[in-house]
Amino acid sequence: MKESCFTLEKIRTLTEDTCELILRGDTSAITRPGQFVNLALPEKFLRRPISVCDWWEDTLVLLIRAVGEGSRCLTQSRPGTVFNVLSGLGNGFATSSAGARPVLVGGGVGAAPLYGLARRMAQVGTAPTVALGFRRAVDALYIREFEALGCRVMTATEDGSLGTRGFVTDSMAEACWDYAYVCGPTPMLRAVCDLPWLTDGQYSFEARMGCGFGACMGCSISTVHGSRRVCKDGPIFTREEIVW
Amino acid sequence: MVDLSVTLAGVKLKNPIIPASGTFGYGREYAELYDLNVLGSFSFKGTTEEPRFGNLQPRIAEAPAGMLNAVGLQNPGIDAVIDQEVPHMATLFHGPLIANVGGFSLREYEDNCRKLNDCAPVGILEVNISCPNVHAGGQNFGSDARSAAQVTRAVRAVTDKPVFIKLSPNVGDIGAIARACEEAGANGICLINTVLAMRIDLDRRRPLLANRTGGLSGPAIFPIAVRMVWDVYEAVKIPIIGCGGVASAEDAAELMMAGAAAVEVGAANLRDPYTCKKIIEALPALCSRLGVNKISELTGGAHT
Ligand SMILES: Cc1cc2nc3c(=O)[nH]c(=O)nc-3n(C[C@H](O)[C@H](O)[C@H](O)COP(=O)(O)OP(=O)(O)OC[C@H]3O[C@@H](n4cnc5c(N)ncnc54)[C@H](O)[C@@H]3O)c2cc1C
Ligand SMILES: Cc1cc2nc3c(=O)[nH]c(=O)nc-3n(C[C@H](O)[C@H](O)[C@H](O)COP(=O)(O)O)c2cc1C
Ligand code: FES
Repeated sequence: MKESCFTLEKIRTLTEDTCELILRGDTSAITRPGQFVNLALPEKFLRRPISVCDWWEDTLVLLIRAVGEGSRCLTQSRPGTVFNVLSGLGNGFATSSAGARPVLVGGGVGAAPLYGLARRMAQVGTAPTVALGFRRAVDALYIREFEALGCRVMTATEDGSLGTRGFVTDSMAEACWDYAYVCGPTPMLRAVCDLPWLTDGQYSFEARMGCGFGACMGCSISTVHGSRRVCKDGPIFTREEIVW
Repeated sequence: MVDLSVTLAGVKLKNPIIPASGTFGYGREYAELYDLNVLGSFSFKGTTEEPRFGNLQPRIAEAPAGMLNAVGLQNPGIDAVIDQEVPHMATLFHGPLIANVGGFSLREYEDNCRKLNDCAPVGILEVNISCPNVHAGGQNFGSDARSAAQVTRAVRAVTDKPVFIKLSPNVGDIGAIARACEEAGANGICLINTVLAMRIDLDRRRPLLANRTGGLSGPAIFPIAVRMVWDVYEAVKIPIIGCGGVASAEDAAELMMAGAAAVEVGAANLRDPYTCKKIIEALPALCSRLGVNKISELTGGAHT
C-alpha cells in the first residue's frame, strides 16, 4: 500500500455513464491486475474503491461508472485534477493457477480489472477469450481494447441489441473453458459460479469499505475458511473459498 | 522543547495521541506505513469472550463529514487475542497498550478483564459499555448510571490495571453516568463512542445497513464530543480520554481544553492512515502557538 497523489491527465467518455480516466503518479505499489486503489474526494469522508484497469510506469488507467455522487464527481473531473490515492490495495488475480483454457468474464464496468489481466496474459502467452455482458449495446465498453490485445470477445446484452441476447453466461454456453476470472455485479458472479462445467476460477468481490486496507473490519464476508476482508484478503477469492 | 507526555492514572504516555479502538485493528496495517512507536498508545479492536463475525453486510455507510459503522465487534475472541495478537502488537509498539473490552454480561466483562490482567504489554483496560446486556433485554450497559457502575465495580475487582470506562453518548445525563463510574472505582473515563444513527437507501426503500442502525463517527460528531468531554470534566476528578471526530492537532487541543488528558483518533485514520502521525508532528508547534511548554497544561484549560 502506498499513499500518493495522482493527477488526472485524460478523461474519455466510454458510455453515457462510464468514463476512462488516465492518471499520472507513482504506481510502484501496484503488483497485480485485480488490485484496486482507494481515491479520496474532497467532498466525501470515505474513499472510493476502484479497480486498477491497467498500469505501466507512471500511468494508471481506471474505468469509472457514475452510480452516485462520489463516482459522478470522478467521471466529471477535469484534466489536471489531483487525487490523493491509496494504491496497491488487495490481493489481485493470481495468473499462475489458471488452467489451460481460461476465460475472462466481465459484467459492465467489471471488465476493468480483466483488461489489465488480459494484457499481461497476452504478453506472456496467448490472449485469453473474454466474455462481456452489458445491459444494452450502448452500455458496451472496452470491446475494441480487448480485441486489440488479440482476445476473442463474446458479448451478451440483456435486450439483445449486441451479441447474444441474455446474460453473459448465455454467451458462454459452449463448455470449452476450464478456468474463469470473473468481475461484475454479485448476481453475475453467482451465475458464473453456478455453471456446472466451470469448476475453477477467481472471482472479484465488492463490499462497502471503511478503510480499504484491512483495519476496520467493515468489509468482512464469510468464506469456507471463515471471515475474510474483501479489501485485504480479497477482493479476489477462488471459487472453492466462496460461500454465497 | 515542548513536553508532549501525559499521564493517565499513573500510566505515562509519550504523547496524548491514541488511535481509537476498531479503527486501528491490531496495528499491523498501519505498521506497514509508519513506526507505531511515535504514538502515545493504541487501543486495539474490542475484545469479547467468543470469536465474533459481527453483523451482516453492508456494515458501512457514508454520512456528511463522517461515516456509520455496524461492524458488530468482529474479533477472534479473548484467547486468540491474548495468545496471538497481543504478543505481535508488543513487537510493533513498545509502550503500554490499551485493551478495549466488550461484554454482553457482567460475567463476560469480568472474565475478559481477569484474563487481560496477566498481559504485560497491556497498560490500561478500556471497558466499552456500549454493548447490549443480554440479561436485561438488550439494553446497553452504558445507558444508565446504575448498570454502568455495576460493570465498573465488577471489573475493578478482578484487575490491578487502571480501568477506563468508555461511555456511550446515546444517553441523557452523561455527567451522572461518569460520576457513577468514578464512585464505583473507575480510574478514568473515555468518551465518546459512536452516536446511534441510520441511513436509508432511496432506491431500495430500505435501511442501508443490514443491521438497520449504526454508529456515527468522524468530524460530524466532534462538537458533540467537545460538549460531552466538557460535561464529564465538570462531573469527575479522574482523567478523561477524549474521543470523537478528531482529525487534526487543533481538534485534539480543543478536546483537551474541554477536559481530556489524552485524545483518541478513530474514523480519521480510515480516510488518511497517517492522521495520528501527522497530528503528533503538528503538536509541538501548536503548543508553542498556544503558549504552553507542557501539553498537559491544556487539559481543562477552557474551564473557569
Ligand atoms: C474492490 C472494488 C473495486 C471496484 N472497482 C470499480 C471500478 O473499477 N469501476 C467502478 O465504476 N466502480 C468500482 N467499484 C464500485 C465503486 O466503488 C462504487 O460504485 C462507488 O464507491 C460508489 O460511490 P458513489 O459515491 O458514487 O455512490 P454512493 O452510493 O453515494 O456511495 C455511498 C457509499 O457506498 C459505497 N458504495 C456504493 N456502491 C458501492 C459498491 N458497488 N461497492 C463498494 N462500495 C460501494 C461508496 O464507496 C460510499 O462509501 C469497485 C468497488 C470495489 C469494492
Ligand atoms: C469501524 C469502527 C469500529 C469501531 N469499533 C469499536 C470497538 O470495537 N470498541 C469501541 O469501544 N469502539 C469502537 N469504535 C468507536 C471508536 O473507537 C470511537 O469511539 C468513535 O468512532 C468516535 O471517534 P471518531 O469519530 O474519531 O471515530 C469503532 C469505530 C469505528 C468507526
Ligand atoms: S474496509 Fe476496512 S477492513 Fe476492509
